[in-house]
Amino acid sequence: MGLGPYLLLATLEGLVQAAVLCITAAGLSLVFGVMRVVNVAHGEFVMLGAVIAWYAASLLTGHPALGFVVALIISPLIVGAIAALSERLILKRLDYNPEATIVATIGLLYIIQQSVLILYGPDARPVDPPFYYTIRLPWFGYSAYKLFVIGAAILIMGLIWFVLQKTRAGLIMRATQFDRETAQAFGIPVDKVSAYVFALGAGLAAIAGILVVPIQQAHYLMGTDPLLLSFIVVIIGGLGSMSGTVVAAILIGLSDGILSMMFSPTLAKMVSTLLVALVLVFRPNGLFGKAAR
Amino acid sequence: MTASAFRKNLTLTLLVLAALLLLQFVLPEYYVLMATRMMVLAVFTVGFNALLGYVGLLSLGHAMFFACGLYAAGLSVYHFGFSLPAAFGVSLIASAALSLVIGAITLRTIRVSFMIVTLMFAQVGYLAVLYFAEWTNGQEGLSLPASARQMALGPWTLNIADAVTRYNIALVLLAASLGLLLFYLKGTRGRVATAIRDNEGRTEMLGFNVFAAKLEMFVLSGTLSGAAGAAYGLLFGYLGATFASFQYSIEALLFTLLGGAGTLLGPLIGVVLMVAMIDKLSELTSAYFLVIGVILIVLILWFPKGILGTIRERWAPWLL
Repeated sequence: MGLGPYLLLATLEGLVQAAVLCITAAGLSLVFGVMRVVNVAHGEFVMLGAVIAWYAASLLTGHPALGFVVALIISPLIVGAIAALSERLILKRLDYNPEATIVATIGLLYIIQQSVLILYGPDARPVDPPFYYTIRLPWFGYSAYKLFVIGAAILIMGLIWFVLQKTRAGLIMRATQFDRETAQAFGIPVDKVSAYVFALGAGLAAIAGILVVPIQQAHYLMGTDPLLLSFIVVIIGGLGSMSGTVVAAILIGLSDGILSMMFSPTLAKMVSTLLVALVLVFRPNGLFGKAAR
Repeated sequence: MTASAFRKNLTLTLLVLAALLLLQFVLPEYYVLMATRMMVLAVFTVGFNALLGYVGLLSLGHAMFFACGLYAAGLSVYHFGFSLPAAFGVSLIASAALSLVIGAITLRTIRVSFMIVTLMFAQVGYLAVLYFAEWTNGQEGLSLPASARQMALGPWTLNIADAVTRYNIALVLLAASLGLLLFYLKGTRGRVATAIRDNEGRTEMLGFNVFAAKLEMFVLSGTLSGAAGAAYGLLFGYLGATFASFQYSIEALLFTLLGGAGTLLGPLIGVVLMVAMIDKLSELTSAYFLVIGVILIVLILWFPKGILGTIRERWAPWLL
């Protein structure tokens, strides 16, 4: 295979990763923007989404698309409910103190991860994609499902944009993000908003988990990588900025896809983590962010 | 701190150390081993607590310094045949240098950014251990040969794999780190550190160099953690990537929160209780991290001051 097709393959793989990353990071970014909470357990919501998709696929025998569709409906609901519950029981009581909530979400991370280990076991289990179709390119065949993931990500990001910019719920979220106290003074129930936003962020993570599981297999430790990568994306894009998140996800997904094919994945991860830590130190508003108000 | 409060703290610390010295004659062998581990981990936690408890900086990356000391000492013994004291010296220099660099970069950030940046640097360190597998043997790790864990001491041979020797070395290290911190806190610099914790803006306005004071404590904290790592590697003869992982940073946080952040002996109490509990739990289940998660949340929700912190608040305001 020549360099051109090789690069095309790397780009496609990178775009698939960027697509999944976009959805995951959008959830993290939303939670950080509106609630000012850094949710370390975010990756575990991705993992929960994937594991629930496995259960759905194995309980509903028949066409794999059936389990996939059912998972797409119930998994975000279950994960969102778990998130809303933990928000009410833990984060709210901590009064959203940034440091305390990080420690608490680390606790949550362990609780979710280890509960899945007990209930689901340590094995990585595959889930069939909803459809098998390979697009024949002159140089290689490419799974149509992966292209479907990219399409789904575009659709979901469009939906998020629509909700945030064009609906009343989005207006309330943006108002809470912009100035919590003033929003409250104008009668916005910021307390309820937090619970819904936390559930919504977790639900997005769960959707990302379902989309990725036919490519990746479901495993109880699979939440670590999405967590770190979406941290990276949210930081590069500017904490709490949705458009920055999208640009950064594409940038990181593509460069990670291409770099990992050329260098050792460990080295690629090392360099990108280091660079991002330095961005956070020297450009705390992200590469595309404006100066703090 | 008044002179009498200092004397009380000093007496209490000496009493605890004396009790530990006597304990080795009473404990059965298995518990001597466990107590040795506890004391080394306590040194690590004392280092972590120096930063969290006395300057108010929560690092999520202290495993990086622990692993730095561990690998600096272990690898110089394993690959270059350094003597044990030389290896320990190398680890002190390496972890002091690393914490100076990392501190100078990360201390430009505060609060949440500081936590995330330290976490990311530690992740880089963890990946570096995996990446340089030729030297570190990655996830599997290295075992130090028995011959490397002995040294000539005049006419005798000191074998640090021996249980009693090991126990006393750990005890000396713990005593040294507690003493170092105690005297540091007694001096002006220690007071500046605690002033930063209580009100950073005011301390700066009073003309103190806040950044330098933070950096100094950061280096002290990183070096103590590195010393603990070196001791762990040399005393138990095993170097593995797990020691650099996120989980180790969290354990230091957990021990500190349980014992009480900003108390001298809190880390020791936290380590003893948690390690004993983890030891019991891991007999029952491999998912003992579930319990760690629950304890983290319970502590942060209902018991944020920890054991000694609560005692200080209720009964003994002189506790340092």
